[in-house]
Amino acid sequence: MKDSDIKKLFYMHLLCIFSIILSTFIPSFFLENFSVLETHLLWLCICSVSVTAINLLLYFVVKPNVSSKRSSLSYKVARFLKCCIYFLISCLFLHVIFVLYGAPLLELVLETFSFAVILSTFTVVPCLCLLGPNLKAWLRVFSKNGVNSIWENSLQITTISSFVGAWLGAFPIPLDWERPWQVWPISCTLGATFGYVAGLFISPLWIYWNRKQLTYKNN
Amino acid sequence: MELQHNSDMPLLGLYLKAGTSSNWTKLPPPLFSKAVIMLIDALRDDFVFGSKGVKYMPYTTYLMEKGASHSFVAKAEPPTVTMPRIKALMTGSLPGFVDVIRNLNSPALLEDNVIRQAKAAGKRIIFYGDETWVKLFPKHFVEYDGTTSFFVSDYTEVDNNVTRHLDRVLKRGDWDILILHYLGLDHIGHISGPNSPLIGHKLSEMDSILMKIHTSLLSKERETLSPNLLVLCGDHGMSETGSHGASSTEEVSTPLLLISSAFERRPGDIRHTKHVQQTDLAATLAIGLGLPIPKDSVGSLLFPVVEGKPMREQLRFLHLNTVQLSKLLQENVPSYEKVLNLQSRNVAHPSSGWSEVDHLLLLGTVGHVLSLGASSFVEEEHQTWYFLVNTLCLALSQETCRSYFLGDSCEPPRAFHVERHPEGAIVTLRESMGDEGAEPVSEGEGPSQPKTRRGHKQWAVLASPWLVLICCRLLRSLNQTGVQGAHRPDFGHWLTSSEHKVQLSGLAALSLLAIFMLVQRGCSTVSKAALALGLLGVFCYRAAIGNVLFPWQPDNKSITKGIIEARFVYVFVLGILFTGTKDLLKSQVIAADFKIKTIGLWEIYSGLVLLAALLLRPHNLPVLAFSLLIQTLMTKFIWKPLKHDAAEVTVMHYWFGQAFFYFQGNSNNIATIDVSAGFVGLDAYMEVPATLLTVFGTYVGPVLWASHLAHFLSSATSSGSALRCACFCYALICSVPVATYIILVTALRYHLFIWSVFSPKLLYEGMHLLITAALCALFTAMDQTGHTRMYMKTDTLS
Ligand SMILES: [Zn+2]
Ligand SMILES: [Zn+2]
Repeated sequence: MKDSDIKKLFYMHLLCIFSIILSTFIPSFFLENFSVLETHLLWLCICSVSVTAINLLLYFVVKPNVSSKRSSLSYKVARFLKCCIYFLISCLFLHVIFVLYGAPLLELVLETFSFAVILSTFTVVPCLCLLGPNLKAWLRVFSKNGVNSIWENSLQITTISSFVGAWLGAFPIPLDWERPWQVWPISCTLGATFGYVAGLFISPLWIYWNRKQLTYKNN
Repeated sequence: MELQHNSDMPLLGLYLKAGTSSNWTKLPPPLFSKAVIMLIDALRDDFVFGSKGVKYMPYTTYLMEKGASHSFVAKAEPPTVTMPRIKALMTGSLPGFVDVIRNLNSPALLEDNVIRQAKAAGKRIIFYGDETWVKLFPKHFVEYDGTTSFFVSDYTEVDNNVTRHLDRVLKRGDWDILILHYLGLDHIGHISGPNSPLIGHKLSEMDSILMKIHTSLLSKERETLSPNLLVLCGDHGMSETGSHGASSTEEVSTPLLLISSAFERRPGDIRHTKHVQQTDLAATLAIGLGLPIPKDSVGSLLFPVVEGKPMREQLRFLHLNTVQLSKLLQENVPSYEKVLNLQSRNVAHPSSGWSEVDHLLLLGTVGHVLSLGASSFVEEEHQTWYFLVNTLCLALSQETCRSYFLGDSCEPPRAFHVERHPEGAIVTLRESMGDEGAEPVSEGEGPSQPKTRRGHKQWAVLASPWLVLICCRLLRSLNQTGVQGAHRPDFGHWLTSSEHKVQLSGLAALSLLAIFMLVQRGCSTVSKAALALGLLGVFCYRAAIGNVLFPWQPDNKSITKGIIEARFVYVFVLGILFTGTKDLLKSQVIAADFKIKTIGLWEIYSGLVLLAALLLRPHNLPVLAFSLLIQTLMTKFIWKPLKHDAAEVTVMHYWFGQAFFYFQGNSNNIATIDVSAGFVGLDAYMEVPATLLTVFGTYVGPVLWASHLAHFLSSATSSGSALRCACFCYALICSVPVATYIILVTALRYHLFIWSVFSPKLLYEGMHLLITAALCALFTAMDQTGHTRMYMKTDTLS
């Protein structure tokens, strides 16, 4: 592992953070009364789209894993479709988990689903970009001692921190402060976003601090 | 046995298991063609690595910092006297204090050592220096010149006696190992101490000798093209007064410098000086020269030496070292197998077994305790528990997934894996060993179990956390509780409204049937019949007081208080409880097996279930049924296959008990107490029974889960300590929130909501504590009598 790799990772993550910040401020110039809390769903959509876009862009520009042996067009299309299906499945899966956690079953379905979409944007989309629709690789990365590169290591960190952020975001809901952000699912989406941003910040730093101890199979 | 390289640990366990049967014990070719060992007596680590080294040993410092070398601080074991140290360096074993006495009159070394192995392999060894070596290894050297170390005041002649041969020997190529033992430095230390100016001179002299040897070796290498090894080491250090023998840091720290062109480093490769044992040198030398590792060596190969080799060869060297160590262990430790098991378990759980679930249990408990400080969290405490229980289920699901997907990959025999793909195998094996403790199901069942059956069970294990999650979600929408949600429509209200009586009757009947199915499996036949009749009685009671419809009931029948039906059920409850108690007592008086005790506990538990079925309102009967279902699922597919320990199971029981307290519609508000439970089967208000029944009706969840815990622990483990541990955990986990809460309430006594929110919660907590105390007292009493029985048994035996 080289220091230049860590630097590259850091800049990529900065770009991701920047895209989130942009998605909160840029639309207010074009759309009237746009704000994160009032038009929450719209913000979620924009944020999700911009994070997905920047992830795809970075993937195509940087290409951390150069292992695509077959590169015929049909293969690529099939792969892309598979990724889409995986993304959809993950959204539905997260939606089911939220309902099991106590989200209302019939009311606020759109809100719950958009929370599922944003959380899976933060977690599943980077996985799909880096590992592709390959469940075995996912299992490997998220099991103990299974990471093979700093990209996978940072993926692990950002994914976990997004989930933890969303989890912690549920705590303020029962409080009787009557704030606008306590409404379902705003605190959770904000928690997930902060968790994701924190993960983006922490992972290059963490890898940098521990670069001596980290050994990867490939390097 | 001490292992310095943490990275080797998983490999070690693996090799101990992979066994000596493989043909890997065949020796690999040597890494170095020639070896020169330059031993400088009393060379302290700071003479080379400290400021003195920089000043007086420039060539050595250069090699250390930039050249092809590995540097170590080798710790010598006391006694730090020359002869035992030479033995340690050459045998790798730990000489005792007897060797101090032998120091003056050294007999030949009988233990296995590198010199003997080298001679047996036909290596030609030349020695110059301290004649202790000649006495230790008589007839081992093809050429030698021993200098006596008796004239301590001489510090130039002794070394010149060694150096004078050097030029001649280095020019010749007819040797394989050259050993030089310089005594001058030690003598200077004895005369004038480590700060004497003579030391500097001596170190410069040694540095120039090292340079001479190194350049000569390098020029030889150019001819033969195979790397040579130059070892610079000390036998012991030197105290601040210049003597040695004891165990102060100055005396035990010696430098160990391995120099060879095989250790070539790329620019920017910074190597830190590692701390190792002096005994590691023997194994390293043996492997470097392609010799068997001395039998009694306790050292481990200095890993940097082989780092540049391909992975397969590295593994092979480690394997050799491990096989030798395990043989040594086998010979010296009678309980080798036991130690081995312990070892491999340590390998399996390097982090002393704190899994994610444990962290969650701890964090959740702490979080809950902290949340009691906020009034809205007290009002909405059910949310906290639902949240925690859900997260627990997800964590358990993650655990089952891990044990399923990664536990399966270790099916084929391990040695096979290693033979075929040494590189990839390490990772897979490391993973599979990491999860060995959690390997699902297979262990209790034996290998003869048909695969399909096992597959079914695996799927059940995977699915059960999700089933529990779904059950919890259903129960949650049955009763809305708390302050914010109490007014919301819920399934319970829908059921209790008069137009849905048919649905309520159906659901109640179904739940009673489910309860019977789930509870009967552990009961004796008599209790089974009693349970069936009792549950039928419960339905009759509910029909009589007009809650549910009875199929063959005349329409015009007036609604009674159902006293007869209720008392009919009470009789069965008491009967079952009595049978259970009798079984328990029997198991303690007669020294019978644990089966009777388990059955007795289950009968008490089923008696309580029957009582709960009577007291709970009919729309809450699904809560009871689901509680039993979850208990069954968790017992069968989570706790037993995943082998959770008593403390974990206890905390999980407590959490579920708390969640069920709220699932049945309770809250931290006095208004939600169901007082009607106190009038079941009573004509008029009678204080004592009414209070008892109300309390039981309110705390059905925690009480049932606690009694299930008692049964589970007594059935799952045959050791008495599990129950004691569980009792302790249960008491602790109940009392910590109460204690914290009392402090918090005292601090918040002027809070606006002190009467509306905090005081009722205090009442609930107090009651809960009382119940817990009673339960714990019962557990302990059971445990105590169990112990006296055991003592009695041993008394009669002896
Ligand atoms: Zn000495
Ligand atoms: Zn001495």
